[in-house]
Amino acid sequence: MNLSALIILPLATAIAILLARGLKQVRTLALIGSTGQFLMSLGLLWAYWKERSAGNTSQFLFEFDYAWFAPLNIHYHIGVDGISVSMILLTAFVVIAGVLVSWAQDNMNKEFFFLLIFLSLGAYGYFISLDIFTLFFFLEVAVIPKFLLIGIWGSGKKEYSAMKLALMLMAGSALVFVGLVGLYFNTDVNGAHSFDLVAISKMHIDIASQKLFFPFAFIGFGVFTALFPFHTWVPDGHSSAPTAASMFLAGISMKLGGYGCLRVATYLMPDAAQAYAPIIILLSTIAIIYGAFATMMQTDLKYINAYSSVSHCGFVLLGIGMLTKTSIIGAVMQMVSHGLMTALFFAAIGMIYSRTHTRMVAQLGGLLKSIPIISTVFVIAGLCSLGLPGFSGFVAEMTLFMGSWQNADQWYRLATILACASIVVTAVYILRAVGSAIMGPVRDKHFNNLTDASWNERLAAGILIIGIVAIGIAPFWLNQLITPGAEHIMEHLGRAVSMK
Amino acid sequence: MKDILLQITMANILPFGEVGGALIPLLPLATFVILGLFGRKYFKSFAGILGTLSILIVTLLSFYTAYHYFFVEGKVDGVFQKIVALKYTWLEFSPNVSIDMGIVLDPISVMMIVVVSFVSLMVHIFSLGYMEGEERFATYYAFLSLFTFSMLGLVLSSNIFQIYMFWELVGVSSYLLIGFYFDKPSAVAASKKAFIVTRFADLGFLVGILILAFYSGTLDFGVLINKLTSIQSPEFIHITSASFLGASMLTWGLTLVFIGGAGKSAMFPLHIWLPDAMEGPTPVSALIHAATMVVAGVFLVARLFPVFSVDGTALNIVAYTGALSALLAAIIACTQTDIKRVLAYSTMSQIGYMMFSLGVSKYGGENGLGYMASMFHLFTHAFFKSLLFLGAGAVIHVVHSNEMKDMGGLRKLMPITHITFLIACLAIAGIPIFSGFFSKEEILLAAYHSNKLIYVVGVLASGLTAFYMFRLYFSIFWNSTQNADHLMKHGHGEGSLTIKWPLIILAVCALLAGFVPIAHWVTSDGVPLETHIDIGFSTLPVLLALAGIGLASYLYKTANTRPQAIAHSLGGLYQTAYKKFYIDEIYLFITKKIIFNLIGRPAAWIDKNIVDGLMNGLAALTGKISELIKGLQSGKLQNYTLYFFGGALGLAIILIYFLQ
Repeated sequence: MNLSALIILPLATAIAILLARGLKQVRTLALIGSTGQFLMSLGLLWAYWKERSAGNTSQFLFEFDYAWFAPLNIHYHIGVDGISVSMILLTAFVVIAGVLVSWAQDNMNKEFFFLLIFLSLGAYGYFISLDIFTLFFFLEVAVIPKFLLIGIWGSGKKEYSAMKLALMLMAGSALVFVGLVGLYFNTDVNGAHSFDLVAISKMHIDIASQKLFFPFAFIGFGVFTALFPFHTWVPDGHSSAPTAASMFLAGISMKLGGYGCLRVATYLMPDAAQAYAPIIILLSTIAIIYGAFATMMQTDLKYINAYSSVSHCGFVLLGIGMLTKTSIIGAVMQMVSHGLMTALFFAAIGMIYSRTHTRMVAQLGGLLKSIPIISTVFVIAGLCSLGLPGFSGFVAEMTLFMGSWQNADQWYRLATILACASIVVTAVYILRAVGSAIMGPVRDKHFNNLTDASWNERLAAGILIIGIVAIGIAPFWLNQLITPGAEHIMEHLGRAVSMK
Repeated sequence: MKDILLQITMANILPFGEVGGALIPLLPLATFVILGLFGRKYFKSFAGILGTLSILIVTLLSFYTAYHYFFVEGKVDGVFQKIVALKYTWLEFSPNVSIDMGIVLDPISVMMIVVVSFVSLMVHIFSLGYMEGEERFATYYAFLSLFTFSMLGLVLSSNIFQIYMFWELVGVSSYLLIGFYFDKPSAVAASKKAFIVTRFADLGFLVGILILAFYSGTLDFGVLINKLTSIQSPEFIHITSASFLGASMLTWGLTLVFIGGAGKSAMFPLHIWLPDAMEGPTPVSALIHAATMVVAGVFLVARLFPVFSVDGTALNIVAYTGALSALLAAIIACTQTDIKRVLAYSTMSQIGYMMFSLGVSKYGGENGLGYMASMFHLFTHAFFKSLLFLGAGAVIHVVHSNEMKDMGGLRKLMPITHITFLIACLAIAGIPIFSGFFSKEEILLAAYHSNKLIYVVGVLASGLTAFYMFRLYFSIFWNSTQNADHLMKHGHGEGSLTIKWPLIILAVCALLAGFVPIAHWVTSDGVPLETHIDIGFSTLPVLLALAGIGLASYLYKTANTRPQAIAHSLGGLYQTAYKKFYIDEIYLFITKKIIFNLIGRPAAWIDKNIVDGLMNGLAALTGKISELIKGLQSGKLQNYTLYFFGGALGLAIILIYFLQ
């Protein structure tokens, strides 16, 4: 399987969209393109499995290497392991759902769909890169469309939010860049510096430089995934963004950060990861608890979901910080699960908003009566968020808790218990939102005349729900997919320990 | 014999082998999916029949399994075996630690599938009439099927994480059904409360699981029990020697697991959700909040009983929590006026009996009487309590009110409901030959032999039980006949056959269930137990029960002002019980005042003003700095010259003085 297809297809789609005329052509092209991505991601999963079951145990599959800037030894080196495959699957699911919910996008539709597809290009490129400079390049590709999507098609204080998001993510990128360059100058592969992930992982970078550059890389990537206290772009950014952009932002962009923390920061600087683990755990535990309590006080559905994302992404960082095999698997599962679930949530909120023209919980009520399908979608997203068995959230959280608990240190235990406690708070805010927005008496008589979900909305929600349930009732496939990748990371960490 | 874990061939016990076994929980699941997806559109009126047929098949399969387990295959060398009939690895953490989906057959799980499927069947049939004409009829049956699936999965669990999963699923089914009338704000609030309170308790359960799993190195019930009960095993030594705040990790793990059980089973102080849960449709209360889900906590303790039995502290916590709940709920039940709330408190009280009965029990042989008695009471209670709720449902269906004051004199209007309700009242009051008598006597006997204080509480509460149940009975069927006369003229009759038949069938069960030899089948170690009723011992509780009935008859059989006079003379005491000991108010204070105002609000405020303020401040600062720097490029030549010379001078000074 040629992984470059994952970049070429979105690129071709994006160019085709630029050449198209009218909403109908544009959205048809976008749908064809995203369906192509969707099928390709499933094909990748299948091809990956075939390779693995044929006994191919190499760390990365489908590798391809081409030096695109030889003087600095920058390569277009791509390849995937199970972790990247699961992230690619997530991206494909969110993209097709995002295109479907934007079906009626009227205003500047060509630019809108172009940016959506372009963003997915950045994400795929990022997840397949094995050269950290190329990886950084794609990270930047994925940032800029977000600024425009919010600034142009957003709502509320969109300029402020777009600017805030762009500035904070750019600052995060700058930190990442410092970390990566620092790493680069400490490498020595056959007498030259290297950006190659695999090559760097095989050599030992001295601990002092690791400790110096780890915080840059980790915090930089952490900004993307709402690391406390750099999470404040999340609530404003998500709530000002148009529906599909919120879905992309929470479903894909935030995962870029988590993936980077794991793949680049933790994997390449294992000693520093161990040294800084207590701080990571502290910050992520704060994010989990504090995010959950802050969510409880929100009154706007989008803010509720945005703050809950802060709390849920805290789980990802907690899992990484705990540094056990199971906790890392849990962290990756949580990324996939949260991506699907939060995209579904934003999709449902968008559907509600486009009909009722409000997102305030206090102004909604009784929606289950007038728009039962959308309401059910909202409730399913909510139940997944609060970790109900049968949905992906439960699997990810329980894996994480089991993994975290393996650390016998009592402070780590306390962090785990606090993380467990957050699922009670989650139940509180989810059920409050469901109770007053979805259930209860019909608040506004106009709500009685709303039309329920259209075919494209049903399809979008259906795709995401299938993803969520596929993990929720049969998690073994995802577990098997992620495990080898997590084992490599653990092996590397173990080697780092033994080298000390 | 507890460490025997046999893998016997299943073809004989389960109908049609493993497939049949898996069908027991999966058939209701399939029904849920079908009705949930297509019910509204395609099965508008057929949904009830479909749901009922599916549960009928499940009931038959369960009876088949029970017959083959108890009479044909289950006993090897005089001991009932624990048989793992089915096991799939669902999520593997490490080679030894995995979440498995399985089916385990042992006396309690087999007894439970019979109880759950049978009561569920009765409720399905009853609902055909009771919920007729309801707009979301198909949804209702979908939820009932979801619940039945979850509950069957729960009792058949072979893995502690599996039980936790189904535990959460029964919780959500209960949430969905309590909030079934979602346009009623009180129903929404009640469903939320039920879910959150039990979720909070489940936090204990989850941490308990993490502790037990960490020290035993497994999640499988069989292995876990095996390792944590063999005194010489390294796991046992590890978990008992590690301690935290003066208690061993074993005590912590078990107590935390018990907290989860206490939440589901509405034990004090986690009981506050149960009375409110009565907002759901009455058949739901009969199934979930009387017969099955609320006893899940008892089942959980019973499932882990071998481990509990080696830890006296944890077992004492179970015993005293149960006893306190039994008494407290009985007192509150005497003062409530909503008939469903009276029944809810009575459920809590009866579950208290089951809990303390487990708490006073030991493992194995004669000492395991409490365990057997608890399971026996669970069994009989399921019948008479679901009967009481369905009877109450039939009454509410006719009267259109839950309040006692709107009832009275209904015995002529509703003869079948009246007789069946009376049988259930006699059963719960513990009058000889009715089923409750046998199970309650065993419980009291077990308590008597091991803890006199708990025995006294049990006897006292049984007197109160008789009183409040007959207060209910007389208030509904006797007393003032004003409303009944009105209903005779204008109301509809007692209800359709689908409402009457379940009442009659359950009444027969409530009458006869005491004669089922549970002691021969369901014991702590699988060895049949010989029990007998000691007439001398039974005299006191029975006399107390009769006294309770007498008092209730004196106060409530005819319309009079004596109850008000007594309530008045008790003053504050009565008020306290009527207000349910103000426990709800305490919770409200903690959640609203402390959690929301002291944690939630500050967290949101800090985020908006301090954390985000810092970021905005940083941005503003950057802006200011850039303004300043911008000033440098003013385009004025004089300024540039000045900067140039200033810079040169500064550099010169640095070079000359500092870098020599």
